[in-house]
Amino acid sequence: MTEIAVGKRLRSQAHGTEVIVVRAPDQPVELTCGGSPMTAEPVTAAAPPKPAAGEGAQLGKRYVDEPTGLELLCTKPGREVPAADGRMLTLKSAKPLPASD
Amino acid sequence: MAASGNPDRVAVGRLRSTAEDAAPLTYPGLLDRARAGAGALRERGADELVYLGVSGNAFAQALFASAWAGIPLVPLNYRLGRGQLAELLRRHSGALVVSDLDPPARGPVLTTREWDALCARPAADVDPWQDDQDATAILLYTSGTTSAPKAAVLRHRHLTAYLLGSVEFGAADEADTMLVSVPPYHIAGVSNLLSNVYAGRRIVYLETFTPDGWLESVRDEGVTHALLVPTMLARLTEHLAGADVPTLSNLAYGGAKMPAPVLERATRLFPDVDFVNAYGLTETSSTIAVLGPDDHRAALTGDPVAKARLGSVGRLLPGIEAQVRGPDGAVLPDGGIGDVFVRGDQVSGEYRGTASAVDADGWLATRDRGWIDDEGYLFIEGRADDTIIRGGENVAPAEIEDVLLEHPAVAEAAVVGIPDEQWGQDIAAVIVPRAGHATDAGELQSWVRSRLRSAKTPAVIVFRDSLPHTPTGKLLRREVLADLLANAEPR
Repeated sequence: MTEIAVGKRLRSQAHGTEVIVVRAPDQPVELTCGGSPMTAEPVTAAAPPKPAAGEGAQLGKRYVDEPTGLELLCTKPGREVPAADGRMLTLKSAKPLPASD
Repeated sequence: MAASGNPDRVAVGRLRSTAEDAAPLTYPGLLDRARAGAGALRERGADELVYLGVSGNAFAQALFASAWAGIPLVPLNYRLGRGQLAELLRRHSGALVVSDLDPPARGPVLTTREWDALCARPAADVDPWQDDQDATAILLYTSGTTSAPKAAVLRHRHLTAYLLGSVEFGAADEADTMLVSVPPYHIAGVSNLLSNVYAGRRIVYLETFTPDGWLESVRDEGVTHALLVPTMLARLTEHLAGADVPTLSNLAYGGAKMPAPVLERATRLFPDVDFVNAYGLTETSSTIAVLGPDDHRAALTGDPVAKARLGSVGRLLPGIEAQVRGPDGAVLPDGGIGDVFVRGDQVSGEYRGTASAVDADGWLATRDRGWIDDEGYLFIEGRADDTIIRGGENVAPAEIEDVLLEHPAVAEAAVVGIPDEQWGQDIAAVIVPRAGHATDAGELQSWVRSRLRSAKTPAVIVFRDSLPHTPTGKLLRREVLADLLANAEPR
């Protein structure tokens, strides 16, 4: 099972999705994307087609797994949203703050 | 991320200028330059990058290049005297120094033009960006309470926590443009670069602040957002009768306490602008509390609670906790005035070469005194210690006292901050003359100015027969200040 530690970059070979771990889960989970595991390995497969707007995992959005507290930041968009132990992660709603600097 | 998310937007630079250091750079362009700069740093074996200069593209490239190379960026104050600079540079002997000041460095020095040229080379093979969250990103000097400056250590995880807690990726509109008037050696100079790149908002740098220059930049560049310290806002409100700035929508201020009359004048000068007050420390990776536009507007309705909150620094960012503690260390209930402690992932509290200032439970003493109201608004009353904050810049009284005491005619010296509408605080000195010597205020002011700099020269110097001390010999600064204010002389 791939270790999921804060700051770690994880990738999906098949779907192009890349994330950075923002908050680690409070218990080990199996992180998958479109059914296959996400790992720290560099992507070697040919680049998959880019997701359409509003589809899949979106650049700069955060995805959370409520039961374990796992939080991921999407650094490369992909057609599939990651899942933890089979639970599809949900988009974290952003609380708008005024630009302070 | 910014490069792939906003490939066509300009990250930094002016659109209507021919100045080389302000040429527009897109996000992919900035990324390429960071890669090339990182390669140059690796080639030279630099273990740190010292940036001793004004804001500009060269600074933006320095920040991202050093991060890519996995070495700390050390922004230094270009206004420091050469003696102080030499002492600081000795602590960074393995650094590559970027500066146009012919600095007293032992290692390699590049001018900003040379640095810019290195970054503009086609990027060679450079190892990929490391994801070490624990690596030191920034070493930033705080003046502290003693005259010995301390370097706050900000790691990538602190800065990342700040960004994730306060900025939404790519949230800026395409036309959004931030005019930055703070220098790179101020924490806001570092944090705004990160937050604006993350938000996708173009940055325009104003090297030297003047009211006319600022206004011209706002108009020429279609500036929508601006970042100022209260001193600059005070100068704007004094020099501009009316300011036609149709594009300006958001004005953030911070770095020092904003005098109420200045804020009042500013809201009249810019009636359609959203005002934001940001409070934070170098040690907390910039902003930890924000007073937003709605709070500013509520105050205009005349509601007394809302009006009082205009004197607060607003509410804490998500991910930040605060406590107010009494003299015995116990946490005070809402409304109790005491020492302000904060906690959160963006809080560093670590200094190079000393133990962390954060306690076992993660709390950092801000050394500010204040209180929190029942809706979570944080009010800051002043520094727990005696640091003078003049125009957003911390001035340690001890440093000035030391210089004054070197003068043959000075027996004792006490330096305190006095309220000043333009600077927030200005510097006053009380002198006990040495018997048999004669001097005057003008002579002592020149003495300090020639040894430190004008920003650290007391605006007021008065003479007394003695200074108030505790039985154990500690100077009673509060009494010195009370005496000064009670016997204020015309300035």
